[in-house]
Amino acid sequence: MLVLDIISSILLIAGVFFGFSGAVGLFKFPDFFTRVHAASITDSIAAILIIGGLLLQTSFDLNTAKLLFILAFLMITSPTASHALAKSARHGGLLTLAEVKEKQQEQTH
Amino acid sequence: MTEMYAAICIAILLVMAIALARACYSPTVYDRILGVNMFGTKTVLFIAVTGYLMGRPEFLDIAIVYALINFIGMVAVLRFFEYTAPVE
Repeated sequence: MLVLDIISSILLIAGVFFGFSGAVGLFKFPDFFTRVHAASITDSIAAILIIGGLLLQTSFDLNTAKLLFILAFLMITSPTASHALAKSARHGGLLTLAEVKEKQQEQTH
Repeated sequence: MTEMYAAICIAILLVMAIALARACYSPTVYDRILGVNMFGTKTVLFIAVTGYLMGRPEFLDIAIVYALINFIGMVAVLRFFEYTAPVE
């Protein structure tokens, strides 16, 4: 039981670390699309690690099934939401950092 | 193990606060939606960990419902903003 607790703690701490780095990346990256990249990847890995850490604490009952369902649902919806967000921003006319610089150069010439 | 859960809960709350700050102060409307999305995902994880902290894993049902509502809300808002959002 003790070994399981230790492994579970390591997984939970790693998950929170990735979540925190994603939240910092939300402020630190220069461009909207790079920020989507940071948030999307760290969201997925944090969900896997934290739910995995909780899974080790269950005794293979209904809670295991619930946690697996949450994990499967997050695995499907998190990338879908990121894709929808990037597509929506693109259709809304948002430009990447390189495109903005290109536009400024064209205007100065 | 209880202290571990408490520490994880506080850390996830900190991450949620940062995401909420991004949702409040951001250059474009899409950045706000990104912050809200991250807030929602972290809320699901927070509810799950809180259930184990209090010794009541029935909280997982609430986490499932929150995950479903979060996704539906995200897609609805994005459909609304897809062609109409002003870009500064």
